[in-house]
Amino acid sequence: MKVLMSGNEAVARGVYEAGVKMATAYPGTPSTEILENISMWYKNVYSEWSPNEKVAFEVAIGGAMAGARSLVAMKHVGLNVAADPFMTFAYTGVKAGFIVISADDPSMHSSQNEQDNRFYAKFAMIPMLEPSDSQESKDFVKIGMEISEEFDTPLMLRMVTRISHSKGVVETVDPIETEVAGFERDIPKYVMVPGHARLRRKIVLERLEKLKAYSDDTDLNRFEKGSSEIGIITSGISYQYAKEAMPDASFLKLGMPYPLPERKIREFANSVDRLFTVEELEPFIEEQILAMGIECEGKKFFTSFGELSSEIVAGGFAKAGVRPAPESFAIDSLELFPRPPVLCPGCPHRGVFTVLKKLKTTVTGDIGCYTLGALEPLSSMDSCICMGASIGSAVGMAKVGGVKKGVVAAIGDSTFLHSGLTGLLDASYNNANITVALLDNRTTAMTGGQNHPGTGKTLMGDETFQVDFVKLCEAVGVKDIHTVDAYDLDETKAAFQKALEFNGPSVVISDRPCVLMPSKIKEAPYTVISDSCNGCKLCFRIGCPAIAASKELTKKGHPKAIIDTDTCTGCTICAQVCPEDAIVLATEKVPAVR
Amino acid sequence: MAETTINILIVGVGGQGVLLASEVLSLLALESGLDVKKSEVHGMSQRGGVVSSHVRMGKKVYSPTINHAEADVLMSFEAAECVRALPWLKPGGTVITSHTRVVPPITTIGKFTYPDDPIALLKEHAPNAKDVDADTIASELGNPRLVNTILLGVLSHSLDIPDSLWLDVIKKRVPPKFVELNLKAFERGRSLTFESAQVG
Repeated sequence: MKVLMSGNEAVARGVYEAGVKMATAYPGTPSTEILENISMWYKNVYSEWSPNEKVAFEVAIGGAMAGARSLVAMKHVGLNVAADPFMTFAYTGVKAGFIVISADDPSMHSSQNEQDNRFYAKFAMIPMLEPSDSQESKDFVKIGMEISEEFDTPLMLRMVTRISHSKGVVETVDPIETEVAGFERDIPKYVMVPGHARLRRKIVLERLEKLKAYSDDTDLNRFEKGSSEIGIITSGISYQYAKEAMPDASFLKLGMPYPLPERKIREFANSVDRLFTVEELEPFIEEQILAMGIECEGKKFFTSFGELSSEIVAGGFAKAGVRPAPESFAIDSLELFPRPPVLCPGCPHRGVFTVLKKLKTTVTGDIGCYTLGALEPLSSMDSCICMGASIGSAVGMAKVGGVKKGVVAAIGDSTFLHSGLTGLLDASYNNANITVALLDNRTTAMTGGQNHPGTGKTLMGDETFQVDFVKLCEAVGVKDIHTVDAYDLDETKAAFQKALEFNGPSVVISDRPCVLMPSKIKEAPYTVISDSCNGCKLCFRIGCPAIAASKELTKKGHPKAIIDTDTCTGCTICAQVCPEDAIVLATEKVPAVR
Repeated sequence: MAETTINILIVGVGGQGVLLASEVLSLLALESGLDVKKSEVHGMSQRGGVVSSHVRMGKKVYSPTINHAEADVLMSFEAAECVRALPWLKPGGTVITSHTRVVPPITTIGKFTYPDDPIALLKEHAPNAKDVDADTIASELGNPRLVNTILLGVLSHSLDIPDSLWLDVIKKRVPPKFVELNLKAFERGRSLTFESAQVG
């Protein structure tokens, strides 16, 4: 049947069709929908959100070792977290098929860096497949499982945002049946002590040679004969761009870009006058071809920065002098205001950041919706590196005495459970004078509201135990713990003041739930009594999208505030910052101004 | 239809139903036997940022994204976002926009300004733009979230797709209890007429 699927939906379908028994992940854009779709549509597959990518990876290792086809999905930076099991699982090999999905994010649409994870496949010396559309995203799961089993190796399926989040036509087929073979003891294979690891390392090197031969033979790497003047070696999404920019050229399309098919590349190079590589991000393919002693051109013409497109690729070929420059009829972009993402109306993080801004403390930040607290007008976050980094870096700042007004580590519930807990343990163990703002909105909000150990529900919808954050903090040695309602600014401020005064690590837990997930929260909206508004702009500075500047001006010419009652959720934060008590519950008598 | 690829760019702000509209268009293409790709970026943009969805349909579609100056149709659910997306418009391409204004907090604090009359700004560059007071029509129909379907009705004149298919796909994609309302919204959009501006 022909259906429309995103790359992520297609991978989920591929999991089903390939008889995969287990799929694990920690949510991360652009990979999140893979597991969401598996749990929604293919309930015979065991699927789980793990607390972080390392655990997700290890759970899937167990699945494969016990003889069940297993898959783990993560965003590119997630593989940094899972790099430890990843590098050594490459040594032991699998029993049943094992695929790790790395969903990279060129252009950093939703990420802190744009690392090219193809290098991880080369680093671990494991095979990598790279789909160029939704159809291949599905098909490559099954082929990948077969390669993984044939060569006894984990395999990387490398996606990018543009593949994960683009929809295309997919032809579905019936699933195959697989069995769980069961675990069999094989100590030298699975127990990586030095003596065994040395033996396995040799096997990895030999395996790579066999995989190179496979790469030369497989149809995953295919010729598309065109003009002999220009030859293009490309893979993944770049193939689509190059096809559109240079429809008449000859192509060597790589579905398996690691290890490279050296014989095919030599043959292809000899058949064309000029050889190009077209690839997003780093010159991964180009450098390896150059190392083979084959002349080719790539990054000279195609930028390493951000996503490519068919017009960027066409521009590169024009620079190389092999096609005319694309004529631009485009209207120049007009100067307009930017529209950065913002905290939603009613977001509980707004209360915390409004208080932290007042207290003028240094705030080390973390990864989640609350990272938006760094943007204007709140501007109250000072760092953001990676998942969990807020607490460790706060400890460091406090220990060197580099923060005059104290330091607060702002971290969400899901991120705290992902990798903040060990940082807090460090703060207790080494008695660091820091305060942790644990922003418990009871969901993984930024990626669309996934469950985690603090929500009481699993990915498959089962009720389960729910982490008690107060007990958890106590258990790792924190003696000063406050729980606040972030909608109450006075209470929140008082708690932070006490916590900052406390000598040693302290935690302030804000436990208001997210206004969007799991269910939308909308209380009675607020409105501005126009006659009372003095145009002081204090309510503008909390950055709420429901508040706007009115056309109506004060006598001094300052715009008054208006509130959009459709989007106002009634959180009351603006009413609390208003010095004139001009913001009140919208009632029949005081109609909302739009 | 579609010997060559048709490119439709849909833009708006998070929560306006850009993705539903592009889903409807993609399904129409699929049901018409065409190759189709659609692309958008999720994630941070859901938090009040710009949302854009590229839909490309034709015999064989390679790239999932539309190049600058290659959108046959630019459809926007927010007036200023239509102006922002103009560099993607093909010369002579169709522009359809709602008058809807979603003013971001960044303009409230006075650092930037939201244009006074984004439709006038738009028409300086696209004099034949079909601008629709879709918010008023939507509230007449009783639900402010119908702007996307009203504009799909306007768009339906620009694509060679039978009416019955439009209605089938809308029925399939919209939650059951909103089907009636969306079909009405589609009809309202489809019945609107626009005058051509004098060019030159």
